[in-house]
Amino acid sequence: MTRIKDGNDDYTMFGPDGSNSGTALERREFLKLAGGGLVVFFAVGDGLARQEGARGGGYPDDPNAYLKVGPDGRVTCFTGKIEMGQGIITSLAMMLADELDVRLEAVDMVMGDTDLCPYDAGTFGSRSTKYFGPPMRQAAAEARGILMRLASERLGPPVEELATKDGMIYIAEAPANRVSYEALVGGKKIEVRLDKKPPIKHFSKHAVSGKPTLRTDARAKVTGEAKFSGDIRLPGMLYAAILRPPAHGATLKSADTAAAGKVPGARVVRDGDLVAVLHEKPDIAAEALGLVEAHFEPSDSKLDNATIFAHLKKTAPRAETVVEAGSLDEGAKLAAKTVERSYFAHYVAHAPSEPHTAVVRIEGDRATVWASTQSPFRAQTEVAQTLGLPTANVRVITPFVGCGFGGKNQGGQIVEAARLAKLTGKPVQVAWTRKEEFFNDTFRPAAVYDVRSGLDAENRIVLWDYKNYHAGSRSSQPVYDIPHKRVRSFGGGFGGGSAGGAVPAHPFGTGAWRGPGSNTNIFATESHIDILAEAAGLSPLEFRLKNLADARMKKVLTAAADKFGRTFAKAPTGRGYGIAITDYLGTYVAAMAEVEVDKEKGAVRAVRVVCAQDTGEVINPEGARMQIEGCITMGLGYCLTEEIRFKDGRVLDENFDTYEIPRFSWLPKIEVVLVDNPDMAPQGCGEPAVTVMGAVIANAIYDAIGVRLFTLPMTPARIKEALAKS
Amino acid sequence: MDKTIRFKLNGKEVRVETSPERMLLWVLRADLGHTGTKYGCGEGFCGACTVLVDNRPTFSCQFPLAKAEGKEVLTIEGLASGGRLHPLQQAFADHGALQCGYCTPGMILQAYALLRRKPQPTDAEIADALEGNVCRCGSYNRIIEAVRTAAKAMKGARP
Repeated sequence: MTRIKDGNDDYTMFGPDGSNSGTALERREFLKLAGGGLVVFFAVGDGLARQEGARGGGYPDDPNAYLKVGPDGRVTCFTGKIEMGQGIITSLAMMLADELDVRLEAVDMVMGDTDLCPYDAGTFGSRSTKYFGPPMRQAAAEARGILMRLASERLGPPVEELATKDGMIYIAEAPANRVSYEALVGGKKIEVRLDKKPPIKHFSKHAVSGKPTLRTDARAKVTGEAKFSGDIRLPGMLYAAILRPPAHGATLKSADTAAAGKVPGARVVRDGDLVAVLHEKPDIAAEALGLVEAHFEPSDSKLDNATIFAHLKKTAPRAETVVEAGSLDEGAKLAAKTVERSYFAHYVAHAPSEPHTAVVRIEGDRATVWASTQSPFRAQTEVAQTLGLPTANVRVITPFVGCGFGGKNQGGQIVEAARLAKLTGKPVQVAWTRKEEFFNDTFRPAAVYDVRSGLDAENRIVLWDYKNYHAGSRSSQPVYDIPHKRVRSFGGGFGGGSAGGAVPAHPFGTGAWRGPGSNTNIFATESHIDILAEAAGLSPLEFRLKNLADARMKKVLTAAADKFGRTFAKAPTGRGYGIAITDYLGTYVAAMAEVEVDKEKGAVRAVRVVCAQDTGEVINPEGARMQIEGCITMGLGYCLTEEIRFKDGRVLDENFDTYEIPRFSWLPKIEVVLVDNPDMAPQGCGEPAVTVMGAVIANAIYDAIGVRLFTLPMTPARIKEALAKS
Repeated sequence: MDKTIRFKLNGKEVRVETSPERMLLWVLRADLGHTGTKYGCGEGFCGACTVLVDNRPTFSCQFPLAKAEGKEVLTIEGLASGGRLHPLQQAFADHGALQCGYCTPGMILQAYALLRRKPQPTDAEIADALEGNVCRCGSYNRIIEAVRTAAKAMKGARP
């Protein structure tokens, strides 16, 4: 594992052991190693130029953008994606190893470095394997094709008679006659042209993918060697503590910084609304900030958790029609029974383990940024704009990121660090406190859902009229076979939905939250399906199977039921069972859960969750299981406790004492079924399973106590209230 | 007022000249360059900053430096010896008991303290001992397996 050094400029390479600190190389040495003539220059067809930084134009065609075969035979993969726990540091390396026929241990990953990696819009939406994987595989196939050509010249026989394994090319009939990749590369710059793009391998030829593989970054993470942005140390670096308003919408009237300025070593900076105290020790900076006497004009916001839903409906912009089929009037005529219900979801925080952090250093007309971000290229643009530099003069390096979940698509801390670095002339680290994280977060938007539906005499769903307000459109289409339906999404912005609206809907920032749109759309939809199942007098499983036409979805649901068991006790029994299914951007999920409800306390405990998932070809079954288990565990939070309380622009939850996230005591027994479907290209895996959690738990609670919860989260207070009303 | 505070950090004597009221977390991270110990919440609600002080699990964000005087502090950097992972570290890696890895150092040290108190804990005892450490990625099931495996590997020996 290697670290490249250019003066103090650490370039981070994630080694096969996941370590991102270690041997230091001069950066020029690395560039020589990476791109300066010691490597094969791949050219296909007309020899496409390297499309570095081809913004908005998709991924480059040039294989050189994705990988280098070094003179030591090691392969370096370059990706604009970042590692925040989702495990692509391992699975992308597995894909590359397969296509190039090298051992996984021979692959180094360079992730989220804007100087070295092909442009990438960001790491979100469960898109890394699905969208970055194929062009990277193609690049590796081309690289392998070129190496085969070189080997053919060296060994004699034509390419068709050669085979590759573990970084070696050999004559298939005489394996002793062989040549290694590094011997072919041989320290020369070699330009080779292929007439056509070689095909990528069929999954059956994969030696690495498809096999459960442990995380390659585990060693670095269990030893504390793994570097996160806050672990970056630069000579002369100052830590900043920034003055925050007490409420969103509150404006700074005055700030007396005299006392803070007297703290030895403290430096006070004021630039418009930005008031910060900097110090070479982070805790002393924070303490000195506490001495600032500031006065703010109060916020105009008069919203709180009780009034938000009416406000959201009032401020909703025009609808985007997501799907429309048949005729709602016709559906209503066919309906023997109709059911109309509304559902609600409160704001939820991302609460990443690592709060937003960034370090910025400016040297002359160049800036280097280390940031916990899901969008390094966006950060690059923002820093360039902030500092008035050309984009190419800003380099963003992404160390390990401690959770993202969509919250680190936004990088307010990066711009703050850039401004402060410019104002002070020093490298500056901005690391939000937990309280700042809760205040500055872009929350999952609160949202409202209205559903009108109808069953015909045969208990088929014939009418589905779905409206959501501010939720977004992702996963808002029912997966069931419904002849007369309309889905409209009023506002959203994250995961689809119409934009705009005259009045700002939310009192603070909102944004994508793991499975954006979907996790609450599925809560509403799949809760409603259970109500229909009861109206039909069918079990939730029977009713779903009856109304599904999609064979793949039926298979996934059946796989979950086979694992979980099919006997449902009649409600109310004290214990309850629930089901929920979804199609999340091509990944199919079916979850079944068992809960216990303590009626006195209103407390819910998930006892067991089974999740079946069809993700297409699974690259790393172990990684996929970890993501699904994590989705289930994390999902319990937004089901049961997670709700941002706010009033008049203030965020009342400031830490994990009042904002409760899942802990060990919550842990259910989790069973994951990976439904085999290798003929389908790999789909996303980081988010899908979190999106079914609201509904599967709501349905299980209903089964347990005979009372339905229409609002997320399903807190003890809401459960007791619902019980009292029933 | 600055004072000289001496303590043992991962077996080595260290001396820090600074305000004794500062929290150990920041001294470890900013003054002594031991960045394996993480800031998570600053108020003792998340456990990311867990270290051992005289073998007791301690939230270093809540522990004034003055109290470390003369004590032995163990951080994640002090667990592996001679390039060999501690059985807990090995078990965390082998069970995939981490994702983003940010809570991992604190988690491992909390488990280490548990195995010192109770070398063969039940799953319920593991969960109970680690309740104050949060993992937002949701690796709890694997962490319990890892601690169980490490306990077995250590055959009842205290770490």
